[in-house]
Amino acid sequence: MMKFRVFLIKYAEIGIKGKNRFLFEDALVKQMRRALKNVEGDLRVYKQPGRIYAEAAGDCDTDEVTEALNKVFGITAICPILQLPDEGFEHLARETVRYVEEIYGQDCAQTFKVNARRARKNYPKTSQQINEDLGEVILDHFPGMHVDVHKPDILLNIEIRESFINLYSMEIPGPGGMPVGTSGKAMLLLSGGIDSPVAGYMIAKRGCKIDATYFHAPPYTSEWAKQKVIDLAKIVARYSGPINLNIVNFTDIQMYIYEKCPHEELTIIMRRYMMRIAQTLAEKSECLGLITGESIGQVASQTMASMMVTNEVCAMPVYRPCVGLDKQEIVELSEKIGTFETSILPYEDCCTIFVAKHPVTKPTLKHIRRSEVLLSEKIDELVQTALDTVETVWIKAEE
Amino acid sequence: MKEIYLDNSATTKVHPQVQELMVRIMNEEYGNPSSMHKKGLEAGHRIQEAKQRIAKTLHVQERELIFTSCGTEADNLAIIGGALANQRAGKHLITSSIEHPAVLESMKALTELGFEVTYLPVDENARIRLGDLEAALRPDTILASIMYVNNEVGSVMPISEAGALIKKKNPRTLFHVDAVQAYGKLPVRPKTAKIDLLTASGHKIHGPKGVGFLYVRDGVRLKPLMPGGGQQRGMRSGTENVPGIAGLGLAAELACKNLTEDMDRLYGLKEYFVQEINHIQGAHVNGFAGRDSAPHVVSVSFDGIDRSEVLLHGLEGRGIYVSSGSACASNHPAISATLLGMGLKREYLNATLRFSMSVFTTREELEYTASALRELLLTLRRFRKG
Repeated sequence: MMKFRVFLIKYAEIGIKGKNRFLFEDALVKQMRRALKNVEGDLRVYKQPGRIYAEAAGDCDTDEVTEALNKVFGITAICPILQLPDEGFEHLARETVRYVEEIYGQDCAQTFKVNARRARKNYPKTSQQINEDLGEVILDHFPGMHVDVHKPDILLNIEIRESFINLYSMEIPGPGGMPVGTSGKAMLLLSGGIDSPVAGYMIAKRGCKIDATYFHAPPYTSEWAKQKVIDLAKIVARYSGPINLNIVNFTDIQMYIYEKCPHEELTIIMRRYMMRIAQTLAEKSECLGLITGESIGQVASQTMASMMVTNEVCAMPVYRPCVGLDKQEIVELSEKIGTFETSILPYEDCCTIFVAKHPVTKPTLKHIRRSEVLLSEKIDELVQTALDTVETVWIKAEE
Repeated sequence: MKEIYLDNSATTKVHPQVQELMVRIMNEEYGNPSSMHKKGLEAGHRIQEAKQRIAKTLHVQERELIFTSCGTEADNLAIIGGALANQRAGKHLITSSIEHPAVLESMKALTELGFEVTYLPVDENARIRLGDLEAALRPDTILASIMYVNNEVGSVMPISEAGALIKKKNPRTLFHVDAVQAYGKLPVRPKTAKIDLLTASGHKIHGPKGVGFLYVRDGVRLKPLMPGGGQQRGMRSGTENVPGIAGLGLAAELACKNLTEDMDRLYGLKEYFVQEINHIQGAHVNGFAGRDSAPHVVSVSFDGIDRSEVLLHGLEGRGIYVSSGSACASNHPAISATLLGMGLKREYLNATLRFSMSVFTTREELEYTASALRELLLTLRRFRKG
């Protein structure tokens, strides 16, 4: 198998951002450098007009490189390329034959098309001439191959650049989205379940940095449950970059609500306080929105009526990227990003410990507000204590 | 915050003298006992020394000991190795329904190979009945495996009586005893109790993790489970874990040196703790609580508790470490076969804690624990699910 040392990175949306384009490209370069830091081969990331490359100083493993780059949002495709000096057309033709032979084999029986482009217009042949002449060379060497200009199996790209020629035919799909750091920051309510890490991933994919808040309820939840959330944050951080994880001790608030409010409203009221606390923490760390893993109708607290009631306490937007997904779709995403195995570890989380047998599914603001009045004596003080005793853990991207 | 460790049936802290010995061996006597030079000889001496120390505590011969990587491996070697080497005499095995998973899963593996297993039930105090054992013994029974002390409630099985019964029926039936929770806590005498195979583990007796041993009576045939370089007379290949083995040897000696005094002290502490527990409303000690049980384990069920885990974490918040159910495999909360087997009420199955003491446990620690329990129960009973 051919060893590649240069990778051409394709990106889509950031190409259309007008004058801000360089900001997006710089963010992408920065995220790629982070992702490639510990990849073998000492990879250098650099920009050329309209192109970003990753180039290894030594030997590297194509799979390892693409796996690392697959965690960098903004990349639509990763193309392992052969970068050649321009030593005349004969040389290009020889290298092209060698390339096809090594990648597809001498007895290759697939259809192909040569797609030449010239950034350097003074190259002796026109693009069309290159297409025709190289096509002929390939047909001569590989009796099993045929030209198909409409739907070729192999699209052989030849790019004549200023000082070298790129030759490639493989495009490994990237994660898409936009580079992290181009859209601001949002606060993820991270529970330890399947949905919230996926929600964090999806928002990070739109270029957002992430902070997170976890509600801890000792002795009802354990140190293991807390560690599980830290582990999940580490996995999300592989995509989003570092996460500042706030761990809020929620026990006293939860017990107070339990004591004072109708039991079937416990979860809704609890979630309203979680949102309030997360919002305060979000404001402190300059986040522009909250993120939750809610999906319409998944549980009692995620009916449209429930979400309307919990949403009411938030002045900042609440992003719910899983809102239209079925459980199975969320599970598939969590498997893809690698959080599923951790999410299903069987530790109790604070949302389930006191859950009523028949929680309300159609709460109204009027009722919930009336119940919250019952908390007026001590709740502000408890919330303040929870905010004052927040433990923060700086989660670096796990390599 | 003070740290009160009452989970000694899960594991124990390593005795300082054991640590010191192990560090010295890792630093200085790091040779491979199979090497022909002096370094190898030195390491070999450490293994010999460990065997002497352990043999003395059990009143057995040094050559009757095989070192393993843990109690689980010793159980596997005894049961699977014993069954495979003796299957011509029959394919019937006996064990109890409340054994450690190392025993139960070994039995299950043998079932898949065509062996038949009889599981003995237990009484309300988590002990097997000799009548059941007698009824289960058959001419084709080749091995019976019965634990010495149950890890969850501390019940002591009638081991000597069982040994006598088994050998009376058929002297060739192998008697295996998992003594992981008994060794170093009670006098263990394989010869007197007619035990052929006996398992013990280092980390339950203030020794290191990663090492255990199997006593194999002279003349008992086992099929080795690990093909390899033929160490330990071919019974257990693999370079010997010299620091671990030496640590286990010393820990065994220390645990058994003043066994009678230590037992008296622990039984005294247990009596005190049980008394304290009995003063707590809605707290019930499971099984025997006196000298007819192990000196270091107290199992308690609580009224009005949804999940014992919450009580466990509440104690943890006060620096007290205990177990719910059996700790060796309790990351996955499953219903305890022991508690179920002794006929515990349903609501107690998930409302039971195990307190397990060591020679380092003090009366003050138990007093503090009992008062912490009282406080916690008040809160937890007020806030319940539903």
